[in-house]
Amino acid sequence: MTNDRAIPPVRPDPESLPFWEAAREGRFLIRRCRACAQAHWFPRSLCPFCWTADTTWEQASGHGTVYSWTVLRAGAVPNIVAFVELDEGPRMLTDLVDVDPDAVAIGQLVEIVFCRTSDPDGPPVPMFRPR
Amino acid sequence: MTIRHAACIVGAFEHPTRHAPDKSHAQLHAEVAAGAIADAGLSRDDIDGYFCSGDAPGGLQSMLNYLNLTVRHVDATDIGGVSPVVQVAHAAAAIALGRCSVALITLAGRPRADRIRTGTEPRIRHAAAPDVQWEYPYAIPTAASYALAARRHMHEFGTTSEQLAWIKVAASHHAQHNQHAVLRDLVTVEDVVNSPLVADPLHRLDCCVISDGGGAVVVARPDIARSLARPVVRVLGAGESTGHQHGGRIDLTRTAAVRTGPVAFAEAGVTPADIRYASLYDSFTITVLLQLEDLGFCGKGKGGAFVSDGALISGVGRLAVNTDGGGLCNNHPANRGGITKIIEAVRQLRGEAHPAVQVPDCALALVHGTGGQLATRHGAGTLILERAA
Repeated sequence: MTNDRAIPPVRPDPESLPFWEAAREGRFLIRRCRACAQAHWFPRSLCPFCWTADTTWEQASGHGTVYSWTVLRAGAVPNIVAFVELDEGPRMLTDLVDVDPDAVAIGQLVEIVFCRTSDPDGPPVPMFRPR
Repeated sequence: MTIRHAACIVGAFEHPTRHAPDKSHAQLHAEVAAGAIADAGLSRDDIDGYFCSGDAPGGLQSMLNYLNLTVRHVDATDIGGVSPVVQVAHAAAAIALGRCSVALITLAGRPRADRIRTGTEPRIRHAAAPDVQWEYPYAIPTAASYALAARRHMHEFGTTSEQLAWIKVAASHHAQHNQHAVLRDLVTVEDVVNSPLVADPLHRLDCCVISDGGGAVVVARPDIARSLARPVVRVLGAGESTGHQHGGRIDLTRTAAVRTGPVAFAEAGVTPADIRYASLYDSFTITVLLQLEDLGFCGKGKGGAFVSDGALISGVGRLAVNTDGGGLCNNHPANRGGITKIIEAVRQLRGEAHPAVQVPDCALALVHGTGGQLATRHGAGTLILERAA
């Protein structure tokens, strides 16, 4: 799956590497704190809510709803940027793909889809499409 | 401890250029520095504090070397275009502590000459920033960031594109009197909503201009201010904060002004109803609307009604805002609007705004800025200034 835009590659770091390795396998991970039970986005080793290091990866549902969206029309290919509120709670900056801009709405149900970047050897990035 | 009455703005200068292909970036900083010092009636040897931000080429050390300044207090706070607004408060605090007596703050740049696609091209500021891998692939330039906030505000509160357009209309009413403004033509609500979409629901005319130039202000000890010939503008109160994604709990309809406003009003001992003139950061029309709500000029979600029907036009509406034409029409030098916001407030308090937009007997003004990107990370600063009797 890709959208029509050349997606800049990501550069995993030691903290994020498990996320991107899972992404290569099509699995969408989020990070949750075992101390305060809260899930957060983007993934961090130290819980952003209680600052304990007792955080862990968990496989997310990959389902969410559109919290807000816009179509950036400056590039050659219009790009739909959005915040998606994951079913697990956190709101995540992302792009919407496989959807006509005129058919997007706040509250719309969406699901994860991994999109290749311009680096063929790099991990794909999580985006969302209608479900 | 308070900065209330601890310091005064004694010099202010806005570079007249809006397109500077014939000048270097550092040269613009030097020219606005000299302009503000001359406006104050001081000399460069009086300066013992220097403040600059992310727009200064090479940062503090390159600028001090280039300007050949030797100072005893420095500050390079960078929370986006609002930075000079919080730096006025930092200068006041430094003056209150005796760390400097005359502080110079400069902002300048030339994105127009350099043909930078401000607002529509994503930029990486630091490759190791923890957020880059979670944001850069999605191509969220500044315009998209503010558009996400506008869309959500429309969804929650019924705000319309026509209401946002009134903010641009007011700016154009002011800019027609500013000979230096990039855009001097009056525009209508229809002009704004019929201009091309840049990032839904924001149109081209919902966005600020891209301009070269800059400005500077000089903040000094009150006794120095009183010794000078210029009207005295005192710092009454200030607040600063940042907003971000809050671990995934971002609320796109609220800015960090909800924190800076109450702090600044409490320190100043005034309320929004007392403010006669407001400089409000206008990177986009939605920026102004959110700030009005978050600072308490109107209730949350009521900004659309508040700004409609010319309400922000000096002499016509309920609150004169950005009487220089703002970033929307006049100037957004270096892609950073903080310094021009301070400068127009100083003009108003001195009674030196254009007569067509001057607020009669303007004694109390508010400056507020929102720097960076609303949907990811933004800085906020509120400053309350008064004309000394």
